[in-house]
Amino acid sequence: MAAILPVSASEQTAEPRPPAPTPIRRDDRLGDRVFAVLTTGAALITLGLLLGILLSLVAGAIPSMREFGLSFLWTAEWDPVKERFGGLVMIYGTLVTSIIALLIAVPVSFGIAIFLTELSPGWLRRPLGTAIELLAAIPSIVYGMWGLLVFAPIFSDYLQIPLQNAFGDVPGFGALFQGPPVGIGILCASVILAIMIIPFIASVMRDVFEVTPPMLKESAYGLGATTWEVVWRIVLPYTKAGVIGGIMLGLGRALGETMAITFVIGNVNQLNSVSLFDAANSITSALANEFSEANPGSLHEASLIQLGLILFLITFVVLTASKVLLARLERAEGGRS
Amino acid sequence: MSAAMAANAQRMAAHRRRKLVNIIALSLSLTAMAFGLVWLIWILADTVVRGIGGLSIAIFTEMTPAPNVEGGGLANAIYGSMVIVGLATLIGTPIGVLAGVYLGEYGQRTLLGNVTRFVNDILLSAPSIVIGLFIYAVIVAKTRTFSGFAGVLALALIVIPVVVRTTENMLQLIPNQLREAAYALGAPKWRVITLVTLKAARAGVVTGVLLAIARISGETAPLLFTALSNQFWSMDLSEPMANLPVTIFKFALSPFENWQKMAWTGVFLITLGVLALNIIARVMFRKKD
Amino acid sequence: MLNAELQKPTDAQQGQAPAAVEQTKILVDNLNFYYGKFHALKNINLTIPEKRVTAFIGPSGCGKSTLLRVLNRMFELYPEQRAEGRVLLDGEDILSTKDDVSLIRARVGMVFQKPTPFPMTIYENIAFGVRLFEKMSRSDMDERVEWALNQAALWKEVKDKLHQSGTSLSGGQQQRLCIARGIAIKPEVLLLDEPCSALDPISTAKIEELINELKRDYTVVIVTHNMQQAARVSDYTAYMYLGELIEVGVTESIFIKPTSKQTEDYITGRFG
Repeated sequence: MAAILPVSASEQTAEPRPPAPTPIRRDDRLGDRVFAVLTTGAALITLGLLLGILLSLVAGAIPSMREFGLSFLWTAEWDPVKERFGGLVMIYGTLVTSIIALLIAVPVSFGIAIFLTELSPGWLRRPLGTAIELLAAIPSIVYGMWGLLVFAPIFSDYLQIPLQNAFGDVPGFGALFQGPPVGIGILCASVILAIMIIPFIASVMRDVFEVTPPMLKESAYGLGATTWEVVWRIVLPYTKAGVIGGIMLGLGRALGETMAITFVIGNVNQLNSVSLFDAANSITSALANEFSEANPGSLHEASLIQLGLILFLITFVVLTASKVLLARLERAEGGRS
Repeated sequence: MSAAMAANAQRMAAHRRRKLVNIIALSLSLTAMAFGLVWLIWILADTVVRGIGGLSIAIFTEMTPAPNVEGGGLANAIYGSMVIVGLATLIGTPIGVLAGVYLGEYGQRTLLGNVTRFVNDILLSAPSIVIGLFIYAVIVAKTRTFSGFAGVLALALIVIPVVVRTTENMLQLIPNQLREAAYALGAPKWRVITLVTLKAARAGVVTGVLLAIARISGETAPLLFTALSNQFWSMDLSEPMANLPVTIFKFALSPFENWQKMAWTGVFLITLGVLALNIIARVMFRKKD
Repeated sequence: MLNAELQKPTDAQQGQAPAAVEQTKILVDNLNFYYGKFHALKNINLTIPEKRVTAFIGPSGCGKSTLLRVLNRMFELYPEQRAEGRVLLDGEDILSTKDDVSLIRARVGMVFQKPTPFPMTIYENIAFGVRLFEKMSRSDMDERVEWALNQAALWKEVKDKLHQSGTSLSGGQQQRLCIARGIAIKPEVLLLDEPCSALDPISTAKIEELINELKRDYTVVIVTHNMQQAARVSDYTAYMYLGELIEVGVTESIFIKPTSKQTEDYITGRFG
């Protein structure tokens, strides 16, 4: 590569005898500088991306923030005709579906991680781990379409209707199961979300379980502990920070998931019941459904952007927590060895 | 002696209980594993069963049909997706590799390096719909039109963090002796990086790019208000452009039977492509070590 | 010669054998061990007498740690490893027994090369193992913890910080904590796998002193790289090489006049 670079004037006057290490070094100094600038520039672009996203969202949301102030956070009204907007319904939908999804996904992921690290025969470990990771590779639109057209009807027939029949009349408790028997709604969205985040949480858990020093585990086995006791009392406390980091990563994914939710949550701006089976709305599905319909520059658009900003801030906090916790485990690892 | 026997009896009782707890816990773990696999198999099976029937030459040669009209295909959507994904990869990959090189070779412990690494990890998991909003604000709102180009940029921004992450990880795997050996020959840093470390990390970096392509091939949310969609064949990047994910979204939610059927075919194609890319990437990377 | 010893373990003690009557605690009978296809232990026959210290020595990779890990079936954690033959603990074969492995491990404790304090307090580190097998009141547990720490000569140093993390101790203290943890469940045999390899000389001296104390109540088996250590702490020494047991006998005689040329070369440092 150096050979085709132009030879500079100073080289031609240089002594001819030694086959010239100097000229190459000269071009290389330039090369070094150019390459350093390029890579640093690329790093700055990455950095600038986050700032750009943040600034553009804040700028876009200003009209809405001016109009509604902080009350945007706890107002449930969403009326494009009267131009009254509050984000409570969507924020509630996003948080509730994500939390229910975690309640399902965390124990399942824990079980999968135990299976992959402690129980599975060696030759099955890799294929099974890959299979679980492939769950994360399936595009979310596939989950959405499948959830709406295949899963929701089955979910309605085999879970919602039996639950309604069993508990529908119980005062208080029964309210959880009201709603038309179509399957779609908060719980359905949560289940689909749970399936989507299981691979993320399970792979982090598996990875941190694997960093537990074998000698530490053998020490516990050496005392006569069972597999479960070793996992629950030794491995889990040892990897606590990493496990919580993995859960936070899953939560971050769940909060920002769009297409799957949009298909199965029902997209109804209501907050009239506590039912797990009622249609609702989330930040992401509101954006997906309404954004291209909102008039550019309108208060409607600004309010939607503000929802996006809120979502970005929530996920930012959650993902930061995840990073910090995972880094803490890594540090402890490094210090211990 | 009898005290010892009593202690032994106690030990055995406690032991039986512990053993039971262990068996229950491990069975639940097995159940969890099965639970995870069932969804994978169920979803894939439905995708194949419902999607494969609609496959025909027409899918690849004809335009998206009108509601309730027989025939038609997904040619414009498939073509549009390929253009958008291809260009996004072309734009995102060099930036990602360079930033990854910065993190791995220049800024391991610098402030800029640490901040960038942190920000990149956030971007990696940030909601993709927010990326769409960003591009909408800086491109679509300014040009006053949805465009294929805006879609390309949105997806390129998703490619970058994926490539940055894998590039840095792969560079970390390169033993320092290899770098030192190259420096010992008098090679300057940029040559060491381009000719030695990046070359040694090549398989890993390519894996990262493949995974990034897999990721953006199915991305729908960031295209909704950037590339939008187009019912017709469009090669003009400054206009709304047809693409597979948004077409599937529109068709799947429609009440028209031919559209829904076509959406399943589209879903089958996307899933097949994405899983194939994932598996190729994994196999490639494993061969390397 | 090895077989003769196997049949009549007491014959082994020509010379200045330790006083008192000796009984066989563990008898290894024709043991073969495999890592996958690799034949790691070949026809091992050995007796380990009760309440004595037996040392396994030999160059790296000779199988001494492997043999140790058979004695409490630790190898079973790894599916590709398997043992053939018999290992009798008080006459009962632990390799074929129907007894659960955790009960065997409660009788045969183990301490590792590096200290492995669990991620919990010093007190909990010791209580952990006890609770697996016994239900006891808080005050009984306090007593047991104190007893175990005393046995491991650690009580004085940690009695004021029982509720601090086990990882806050120094390396030598951590290793004694691990010994205390093993003793707390009142095992009959203690297996020490190069327990001093990660420790400084002062901590090593303390552990060696402790081993000397421990043999009053426990059968101790120690794997060590350090010839002097074997000479200092053990009553019996077994020399292994390439998966075979070359020679076993009273430590003094092994070190003064080994019968095998190989053993002599190793001990005198001409090889290994």
